[in-house]
Amino acid sequence: MSDLMDIKVTVNGTVYQRSVEPRMLLSDFIRFEIGLGGTHVGCEHGVCGTCTILFDGQPQRSCITFAVQADGHSIETVESLGTPEKMNPLQEAFQEKHGAQCGFCTPGILMTMKAFLKENPHPTEEEIREGIDGNLCRCTGYQNIIESVKLASEKMSHSGSK
Amino acid sequence: MKPASFAYFSPKSLDEALANIAEVGDDGGKILAGGQSLVPAMNFRMAQPTALVDLNEIQELFYIKPTDTGGLVIGAMTRDRTVELDSLVKKRAPIIPECLYWMAHPTIRNRGTFGGALAHSDPAGQLPVVAVVMNFNFHIQSKDADRWSGADDFFVSVYTTCLEADEILTGIEVPAMTKMSGYSYKQVSRQTGESALLGVATLLSLDDAGIVKDCRIAYMGVAEKPVMAMEAMAMLNGNQPSDELITEAIEATVKGELDPGADIHASVEYRLHLARTLGAASVKEAVIRAAKQE
Amino acid sequence: MEKKFLGQRIKRNEDPRILTGRAKYMADITYHNMLHAAFLRSDYPHAKLNSVDISAALEIPGVIAVYTAEDLGDLWHPGPVLVPAPHSIPGIKANSRTQIPIVKDIIHHQGEVIAMVVAENRYIAEDALAVIIVDSDPLPAVENIEDALKPDSPLVHEELGTNLATYVRQERGNFAEIKTKADYVLQQRFVMDRGGAGAMENRGFCANWEEDSQQLTIHCNTQSPSGLRNSMAAWFGIPEQRVRVVVPFVGGAFGPKVMTNQPEEVLCTFASIKLNRPIKWLEDRSENFIGTTAERMQVHDCEITFNKDGKVLGIRDSFLYDTGAFNPYTATIPLNTQTHTTGLYNIPVFLTEFTSVFTNKMIVSPVRGAGRTYGVFVMERMLDMVARQLDQDPTYIREINLIPADAKFPLETGIIAQDFAQFVLDSGNYPAVLKKAKDMIGYDDFKKNIQPKLRAEGKFIGIGLVLFTENTGVGPYEGAKITVGNSGKVFASSIYGTQGQGHFTVFAQIVADQIGCRVEDVIVETGDTDKFAWGTGTFASRGATVLGNAYHHTAKLVRAKILATASRLFNVPEDELELGDGVVRIADVPEKFIKMGDLATKANPMRGTIKPGTEPGLEATGFYAPPYGATAYGAAAAILEVDPISFNIKFHKFVFVDDCGTVINPMILDGQLHGGIQMGIGNSYFEKLVYDENAQLLNGSLMDYLIPRATDMPSKMEIGHLNTPSPLNPLGIKGVGESGTIPIPPLYCQAIEDAFNLPGLFISEVPLSPSVVYQLVENAKSKKQGELL
Repeated sequence: MSDLMDIKVTVNGTVYQRSVEPRMLLSDFIRFEIGLGGTHVGCEHGVCGTCTILFDGQPQRSCITFAVQADGHSIETVESLGTPEKMNPLQEAFQEKHGAQCGFCTPGILMTMKAFLKENPHPTEEEIREGIDGNLCRCTGYQNIIESVKLASEKMSHSGSK
Repeated sequence: MKPASFAYFSPKSLDEALANIAEVGDDGGKILAGGQSLVPAMNFRMAQPTALVDLNEIQELFYIKPTDTGGLVIGAMTRDRTVELDSLVKKRAPIIPECLYWMAHPTIRNRGTFGGALAHSDPAGQLPVVAVVMNFNFHIQSKDADRWSGADDFFVSVYTTCLEADEILTGIEVPAMTKMSGYSYKQVSRQTGESALLGVATLLSLDDAGIVKDCRIAYMGVAEKPVMAMEAMAMLNGNQPSDELITEAIEATVKGELDPGADIHASVEYRLHLARTLGAASVKEAVIRAAKQE
Repeated sequence: MEKKFLGQRIKRNEDPRILTGRAKYMADITYHNMLHAAFLRSDYPHAKLNSVDISAALEIPGVIAVYTAEDLGDLWHPGPVLVPAPHSIPGIKANSRTQIPIVKDIIHHQGEVIAMVVAENRYIAEDALAVIIVDSDPLPAVENIEDALKPDSPLVHEELGTNLATYVRQERGNFAEIKTKADYVLQQRFVMDRGGAGAMENRGFCANWEEDSQQLTIHCNTQSPSGLRNSMAAWFGIPEQRVRVVVPFVGGAFGPKVMTNQPEEVLCTFASIKLNRPIKWLEDRSENFIGTTAERMQVHDCEITFNKDGKVLGIRDSFLYDTGAFNPYTATIPLNTQTHTTGLYNIPVFLTEFTSVFTNKMIVSPVRGAGRTYGVFVMERMLDMVARQLDQDPTYIREINLIPADAKFPLETGIIAQDFAQFVLDSGNYPAVLKKAKDMIGYDDFKKNIQPKLRAEGKFIGIGLVLFTENTGVGPYEGAKITVGNSGKVFASSIYGTQGQGHFTVFAQIVADQIGCRVEDVIVETGDTDKFAWGTGTFASRGATVLGNAYHHTAKLVRAKILATASRLFNVPEDELELGDGVVRIADVPEKFIKMGDLATKANPMRGTIKPGTEPGLEATGFYAPPYGATAYGAAAAILEVDPISFNIKFHKFVFVDDCGTVINPMILDGQLHGGIQMGIGNSYFEKLVYDENAQLLNGSLMDYLIPRATDMPSKMEIGHLNTPSPLNPLGIKGVGESGTIPIPPLYCQAIEDAFNLPGLFISEVPLSPSVVYQLVENAKSKKQGELL
């Protein structure tokens, strides 16, 4: 065990100050120090994409980044999207098109797609397919995920929402 | 899959970082760039650095600049995704974004760095083979020294470069592509973003008469580090690049210079097939692109 | 008119929580005084364990305890046999060896647990693992199942004197006799190799023993909450009623999570009792590759006899099956293979025998597809051999050998299935599924008009079409308890595993149809043994069929109570009442109604008197037990192109036709097929657990074990349905969970062969890879015609 370090991380707009070991993975920090369980961990070697969060607005793997590296940075997790009572258009689209089954990979996919749609608000199916290629899903065969993202892009361009 | 303990340094300047690594480098300390290969290895506890000197907060290492001679210098910490999408890079060294497309997935490239991918010296890496073909120049600094290394010397073996324990790769000079030069990067992997089974990078020019000159071809995935296709280059330089000659030239390299191994994804025979077909396809693409520049 | 939800495309009840990150999974389970476990696992597949030195581990601050085999005392013993051998089959040989919680003397496979560390957190626990010193002597390992039965082979279980685990022979007709009467007899060897389940969430287990209340609470992402409760109760001598198993949301399972009495379960419970603190273990991806279970290693030696008209007379299939180091699941998988070989074909004579073999590899237990895949693989491949021998179209050979549409169902097959009942085809229209698949893929047009052009352009593009059955919804039983509450919400509990199949919605649809309420007002709970005690678990695509019918039956009982109570209240006959929109009303007097919640209050009065013998409340418990499994079936067809450089595959068209009887929710149904197909694609071209000759796993990470990604999939999976209700259950349902996976490997083989159109190219081993297909094609080019079969 090495010395604890004080860090200050903005998560979903709230600043959190914590003392952590340098080796603590950012995924564990989000889950166990901040208490936001929506960020799931599937492989801890950066392959599956389940733990994807936005780091200063960019999708990144939280399982292969250390919490201390987030000091002074801003993190967004799935909890920053909608709530069960009021989901955002991306989440609504996933419900309408059955884009989630077990839901374990879903938060990583939603965060990846949030950034993707911001960069490319009117993607083709092929672009969406490439866009989620870095996220493994074992339940859906991806088809309904792609349809969900397509529907979300339509919903968002109508409502002007991000 | 949790990493072992380490001491952590997050210097805000290069000087500070050089001092840090001078202190810990000889005792098993390591540089942390994007960490997209290092941290997984640490989670498996296959890598257990005693200390990490994190370069992510050193703003002076993030840049892409043009050189007077038509090339580029790229700060070692520039994110791969930034390099890939940069318009200047696209203009001056289009082979780089083309190879970066194959490097893992965008989410990894958002964090992974240009210098990190080179210093990792992955035998299946996209950037090392392009570095060899383009002859990148590597700016290497330590507390007491400052030196440059060519690509031939930089890559030593699997995950091994010429970097000493107290040195940091700080910048990469990408030479200018000559006028009328064609380029091509081709690779095969089992899945997009998965480890490459074999890749080929080609750079060549055509003179006014359509004769090949300055041809450079290199393979990855066939040895511990990128391999230059010397025989093919010699056969192509100074000649009209007919399909027959290209096939013959690549065949000479495949027979005489390549000795790939087998692994769970690819047999030797399959790799040799890839070397033949991809090699020829890469040269042809480079020729076509060179011809289009007229 | 009462609204019917069955068959409707209804959005999932569970999605708002899942999509917002609020759904709680195993990693979210926490107690304030919780400790974390990590396990030291063997690097060697086979070794003699001499000693384990834990002293340095105990020195690490934050380490609470380190346990080895001797700490368990009398609690150290092998686990129970989870599925017994099919002893009713004459001539059966059965040797049983089940896993032990922690190695005492012999290490039987890589990944087996040698020591357990309990620490303040997982980081510290892993630090402790790193300093435990194990002294062991490696022994020769059993890797290859063909070599395992040779007299000089090393033995996985020395005291057995053999590596034979189970031998079963079943025969319909007389193969030896039919062989002499056929125009042709062809023989072929087939191999399917191992693949993992690869759920995105690894396993997890949390035991909390509370000494003061003598209560054990377990959280686990198991497929069998009741099985886990019963096994831990038995192991630790606690009444089931004091063992509560709670299953949170589960991030996929696909088979291995049905295993109980796993070492980690026993050891975490042991440590919790010993320390009187909650102990949690979250399996990591590394452990998942070596410490859980996997499937799919069989070697088949097959013969097919047929006449020159293409009619198959008989099949012999003798196969070896790798059961890994232990066989708690005995013969479920190979029995599934036996029952799914001749499938929907009319094969008069069938001889099938298997030898299950112990190896020094991870335990084998069912994974999505579960043995059916191999039966379908060898059958479909053999039909392709017949087609090629006779120079006929593969779909023609299938057509003339199918059981006809007018066959007298149910059809007995004479082969004992995994539920120890005879495998019976309950219903279906097999020629119709073939025709539909052919039409959807555009088979004749492709063969006649499209393919010749593409071939002329030098493209390697081929078509395939294969058929399959899936025996689903096997017994023994499932049950449910449904309560209409004072709030008007309907609580529908059962004990089952739920891992993303949409149970919270499909069961709610079934219940809502009977109760007359909204689907979102039915709260389905499948994962708390304190809410309902009786059930078996998620396996064999049985949720919709067995539990669905249990919910249906139980909801009808509640409906009867609702009608009786309202009839008394309104003083009108029951048949004048109508249920809908959460109220009971008099059909002809719509303004006269009572809300369901108010009726529930009246059915459970807090004062006054009730008629003697009346059960309070609007609640019922019910069960459903099928006589035998309902058999779904279908077809898969594809047009694919092989890249001449990479040998990677691109689909031009992909079609799947399925008949699972009555459809509950078409959206969820298609989703089940999509995911199944994805796993089938993995089993065909991507996913293979590669072991070296010492039984050491070479690709224990997601960097080298390749799960299909979005760009590996067809751009559209077109799904077609037939609906032949099963006569076995009131709702007419057949299962679907594994259907998508089952037929994909032979589909790949047939279409790849068609793409290259080389006489010498015949594919008999899966999983394939680009490198393997390249090699096969090169070999075929150098072969002369006629060398194939």
